[in-house]
Amino acid sequence: MAAELHVELVAADRSVWSGEATLVVARTTSGDIGVMPGHQPLLGVLESGPVTIRTSEGGTVIAAVHGGFISFADDKLSLLAEIAELADEIDVERAERALELAKSDADAAAQRRADVRLRAVAVR
Amino acid sequence: MGAQLRVYKRRIQAVTATKKITKAMEMIAASRIVKAQRKVAASKPYATELTRAVTAVATGSNAKHPLTTEVETPTRAAVLLVTSDRGLAGGYSSNAIKAAERLRERLASEGKEVDTYIVGRKGVAYYGFRERKVEDSWTGFTDNPAYSDAKSIAAPLIEAIQKETAEGGVDELHIVFTEFVSMMTQNAVDDRMLPLSLDDVAEESTRKGEILPLFDFEPSAEDVLDALLPRYVESRIYNALLQAAASEHAARRRAMKSATDNAGDLIKSLSRLANAARQAEITQEISEIVGGASALADATAGSDK
Repeated sequence: MAAELHVELVAADRSVWSGEATLVVARTTSGDIGVMPGHQPLLGVLESGPVTIRTSEGGTVIAAVHGGFISFADDKLSLLAEIAELADEIDVERAERALELAKSDADAAAQRRADVRLRAVAVR
Repeated sequence: MGAQLRVYKRRIQAVTATKKITKAMEMIAASRIVKAQRKVAASKPYATELTRAVTAVATGSNAKHPLTTEVETPTRAAVLLVTSDRGLAGGYSSNAIKAAERLRERLASEGKEVDTYIVGRKGVAYYGFRERKVEDSWTGFTDNPAYSDAKSIAAPLIEAIQKETAEGGVDELHIVFTEFVSMMTQNAVDDRMLPLSLDDVAEESTRKGEILPLFDFEPSAEDVLDALLPRYVESRIYNALLQAAASEHAARRRAMKSATDNAGDLIKSLSRLANAARQAEITQEISEIVGGASALADATAGSDK
């Protein structure tokens, strides 16, 4: 069997990405975790950060995830996040502007959000 | 033109203008229902996955959490009532308010105090007019709610349920909203969000024939549940807001459709009356002319003799 796992990346108001993958790397509160097909059932809390999905076609999908959960069972992996964006969708200039603005306003949450976006783009 | 006819003509004009407005509102509401329904569908994957995850933690671990355990003698309950910001939607808001009143009575008969939280200007106005206490209220987004709105509503509710009851916290959390069944059917329903009745959730998953695997929790079952439950409440509120928005548009469309139909009927009966008045006027004029002519003829015939 070609080892594959089905990934559903969903945000609160839409489904962001779904497809087959061979490896998913995400950051949980206790550290980075890589999930491959056949992994033990897992349910974890995600940190804000980029999530890397290696698709079965050999490509890589990067998404910025702002908090949420990862759950894996029966070779089905779901990534739940209030806000999730694919790296391709992120507007770098806007994120940079948001980061500057957040820094000057000392808005920690906004700064973190913008930072996560930029990191996701950087990995791309 | 006779006075009577003029009055009818003016009324027909006024009703025609009203009809145009209601027709436009009907069509706007109809187009928005589709959009609202699409949003409900888009929020589904998140809600289902989240419910699955909550079920998994709750059934797969012995973690005890304040949000899942029922208090032995609940003394205070919070009720979140979802109404609309604007009227002209038939019985939409009043049905939701009535459902909330019924729930309130039921809770009171069980010996619980009720704290009310309101979404939508109509509900706020109803409670304000009766000078009832409202813990918190939100307005301005009922026809197109965003996830951040659900978040801002959920925050004080979660805070209230985590507080000790003696210090003003609540033991239960109910929500009253209008469920969107179909274009024609919307029901005002009440639902207990917290404490989570795990039996229901577990039952649902076994009915689907799913066997939940033993999960490995990262970092721990308690921490996962801690993080999961507020998100679960938010997602439930978000779903309720979206359904309520779709229901509001559907109710408004129906109300405006019947208003348009009624205006059409009114125009029809008014134009019948106007026609009759015009005809009566003509008949009167003719009989006046004939009468005048024959009187004239009689007079000339008399002078000839």
